[in-house]
Amino acid sequence: MAEVSKEYKTVTQIAGPLVFVEKTEPIGYQELVSVRLSDGTMKRGQVLDSSDDVVVVQIFEGTSGIDRDASVKFLGDTMKMPVSKDMLGRVLSGSGQPLDGGPEISPEKKLDINGAAINPWARDSPSDFIQTGISTIDGMNTLVRGQKLPIFSASGLPHNELALQIARQAKVRGSDEDFAVVFIAMGITNEEKHTFMKEFERTGALKNAVVFLNLADDPAVERISTPRLGLTTAEYLAFELGMHVLVIMTDVTNYCEALRQVGAAREEVPGRRGYPGYMYSDLAELYERAGRIKGKKGSVTQIPILSMPGDDITHPIPDLSGYITEGQIVMSRELHRNGIYPPVNVSSSLSRLMGGGTGAGKTREDHKAVSDQLYAAYAEGKDLRGLVAIVGKESLSAKDQKLLDFADIFEDKIVRQAIDEDRSIEETLDIAWDIFHALDLDQLNRIDRKYIEKYFKA
Amino acid sequence: MSNEGVIYRVAGPVVTATGISPRMYDVVQVGNEKLMGEVIKIVGDHTIIQVYENTSGVKPGEPVVNTGRPLAVELGPGLLHSVYDGIQRPLKVLNEKMGDFIFRGVTAPGLDREAKWDFKPVVAEGDVVSPGQIIGEVMEGTMLHKIMVPPTMSGKVEKILAGSFTVEETVAVIDGQEVTMMQKWPVRAPRPVAEKYQPTIPLVTGLRVLDTMFPLAKGGAAAIPGGFGTGKTVTQQSLAKWSDAEIVVYIGCGERGNEMTEVLTEFPELTDPKTGNPLMNRTVLIANTSNMPVAAREASVYTGMTIAEYFRDMGYNVALMADSTSRWAEAMREISSRLEEMPGEEGYPAYLAGRLSEFYERACIGRALSGLDGSISVIGAVSPPGGDISEPVSQNTLRIVRVFWALDTKLRERRHFPTINWLTSYTLYDKQLKDWYAQNVDASFPALREWAMQTLQQESELQEIVQLVGSDALSEDKKVTLEVSRLIREVFLQQNAYHPVDMYCPLPRQFKMLTLIKKFSDLADKALLAGATIDKIMAIPAKQRFAKAKFEETIDAELDAVDKEFDEQFKELGA
Repeated sequence: MAEVSKEYKTVTQIAGPLVFVEKTEPIGYQELVSVRLSDGTMKRGQVLDSSDDVVVVQIFEGTSGIDRDASVKFLGDTMKMPVSKDMLGRVLSGSGQPLDGGPEISPEKKLDINGAAINPWARDSPSDFIQTGISTIDGMNTLVRGQKLPIFSASGLPHNELALQIARQAKVRGSDEDFAVVFIAMGITNEEKHTFMKEFERTGALKNAVVFLNLADDPAVERISTPRLGLTTAEYLAFELGMHVLVIMTDVTNYCEALRQVGAAREEVPGRRGYPGYMYSDLAELYERAGRIKGKKGSVTQIPILSMPGDDITHPIPDLSGYITEGQIVMSRELHRNGIYPPVNVSSSLSRLMGGGTGAGKTREDHKAVSDQLYAAYAEGKDLRGLVAIVGKESLSAKDQKLLDFADIFEDKIVRQAIDEDRSIEETLDIAWDIFHALDLDQLNRIDRKYIEKYFKA
Repeated sequence: MSNEGVIYRVAGPVVTATGISPRMYDVVQVGNEKLMGEVIKIVGDHTIIQVYENTSGVKPGEPVVNTGRPLAVELGPGLLHSVYDGIQRPLKVLNEKMGDFIFRGVTAPGLDREAKWDFKPVVAEGDVVSPGQIIGEVMEGTMLHKIMVPPTMSGKVEKILAGSFTVEETVAVIDGQEVTMMQKWPVRAPRPVAEKYQPTIPLVTGLRVLDTMFPLAKGGAAAIPGGFGTGKTVTQQSLAKWSDAEIVVYIGCGERGNEMTEVLTEFPELTDPKTGNPLMNRTVLIANTSNMPVAAREASVYTGMTIAEYFRDMGYNVALMADSTSRWAEAMREISSRLEEMPGEEGYPAYLAGRLSEFYERACIGRALSGLDGSISVIGAVSPPGGDISEPVSQNTLRIVRVFWALDTKLRERRHFPTINWLTSYTLYDKQLKDWYAQNVDASFPALREWAMQTLQQESELQEIVQLVGSDALSEDKKVTLEVSRLIREVFLQQNAYHPVDMYCPLPRQFKMLTLIKKFSDLADKALLAGATIDKIMAIPAKQRFAKAKFEETIDAELDAVDKEFDEQFKELGA
């Protein structure tokens, strides 16, 4: 686009974040726009709707201060992210500007932030086990490279701590391949930002990370681009530089609120609870950017964090996410109140790709059986808690009493662990075998005899 | 003037053009990059187009060209074994042409133009052929692909060739018109059939809960609604693997990319239980994942259905799986809202119910124009928000389909798979299929099924009592009922989709298993009358052997042995 674009002073209407400009030359859909206010302030925006008569521009920073004398310049290009290897260690704003006082990124490439869908034919099945050092994840909801596994949390729960612990400890064992973290903050508070940044600096994780910060008081429109900038960077690091990238996105709920806010401003027909009807497709555009590609070294693994409004898993945000992601790690307020960290509710958690990344040669031969047994015995024990409240513990059979106790032991030994405790998968499985002693041998009904003989030591 | 115009307005996937005068649903090429689109509304000189690709950067003033043809699929040898996106672009070819990501503006024909197929005519020069009649055959892998006269053509065969041809080369001349092995058919128009029948044959799936309890008829339609994690996709994939259809069309409509990869890696390795050939040989996959363009997602179900109809016309039984129809409905909603149409319930367009019923009505069993009998059975997954089926897509689907397989989150938490709830699911085909089961499995089969359903219903009533007063308060014969229903649930209904023996259960074996449970029930009642205690009945060793039998290689011999042991061991108890 070599032509010098003209400036227009033909703003006819300003409504919410939208500015309507008339009598322009042909303008491309989603083209970037800069607006100069009468006092000289610059704002940026993007074309939402372009026709011969009128062009609708959405302003990233909000329309306050814009009047009909503002001059609008179309930049002739859609939104691109400059990417380069030097981005590692950088802290950028939600629109990709340096926040760390460092120089502008000198780009090796400029990539369209919307990316493109990975051809399903080109995808490779995710099957490399990532050890997070957290028993409830490694043992029972295993994460693999290329997976998207969100944390379903709620306000007041320690999801940030858990995400940081995963970022700190996650590794693929027996490999020293290039590893990077892309951290995407969407609408988090200044205080949360400090927690994250301090932690990144303390552990030295920052040198292998790219951080994008859109804070709670940054414009909502910008929040919609932030994850796209981050994921474009992640894809570049993974598929062009061959790195294994872990993307942490927090908080998807803030992102969806921004989507609703912008949708309402555009006077779109709302879907469920006022969220836009295209929210599923929109979230899919983010989540589906996780994966592996045949013949490429790198991978993109996502851990999005979302807080369930009102602890409600059927709310549209967790609900639509659950339909797209490959499982979920659900946090429990009850466990948290009982002082258990990390408060992972394993019964409603799930990893759909666990089968591909576990077993002999990947983790350990008994992994699947141990996991099934833990699930089954814990579920029975939890059911009995309800019954005990009515009939009392004395009226339980001896076997049921053991299951009841097992549920408590499970929460104490498997679920509970220290915030800096990095358990290997063997340690997790050994703890499991250890607590199986609380049960009778015939209660281990999900495990083959050969594993019991090998691992169940007196 | 009528075929070339310019863009007037661009708003997401909806583009308005002026200067063309197309018909509704004509395909147009939009912009300098010739993006593919379809006309969905005409207002005076303004033509509104839904574009199948991303429109960012497209400007007003760029050219628009009307092709004058509606969205069509290419039908002919080369379909089987293929993986397409929602508008029949072969993903493998796209991968070779433009790499690992799908960028816009790239096209590739649905059928390979280079491949040669060995054409054997079955009519002679001078014969008079009618529309849809079979004129030749091609071996496509292990399937016989029948070449038909296009449904719009008939007349005298003036010339017919034999030998090796590409899909574009003429193989016959009928009434002065050249016929190739490839036909094109508009996806939104159903292909005609000579006659539709009442469905009376079940689609056998090897899944006990479906075949015995809630069978789907060949030519019928079923819905599987369920919240996330209840196993919709696993159930759909089991059906794609084991149902006794000759051709399977699997539509991944707006679902996960990694899940399609699983299908793509797994299917070529699995073999068809009937023929021993790789499953992929009888399969056509359509993969339009959730992040691929939404307009192509809307088209994907029609693309799949048209391919299914083409194979039905050859006289095959086709099973079509659509996973998930909710994503299709959402695509309609998204496009409708871009058109600023007046919304119906929950923002879905008012024509949602109409579109759903038009789609499911394309399921049928009947006589094709070729004179052969064929069928299409449709199984649609529904993903209700929050797992609550009171929403519009589930409700409108249930009004049309006659089989409802209800997936249950509670069953998932108990690790009971498949998670099909036996109390809320239903089939309306049971009466139509009764005779088939009586003739092909056993005369007593319908009665046995009835008995099993009643036992499960009794259990649910008994469970309510147990929760109030405890199981000790039940009479002995009721305790037997509970044990019998436990056997039905845990041994018969539970089935492990990943276990090499258990994943497929032929109908005679299903009958045998259920007969044995009935036998246990009858003998236990007799033993009670003869004075045996409930503890003794519960403890008989043959029951344990029965519970484990389904995982044994020698399952049929095991079941026979259990049969004998039931007789012997109950005899000891006086029955």
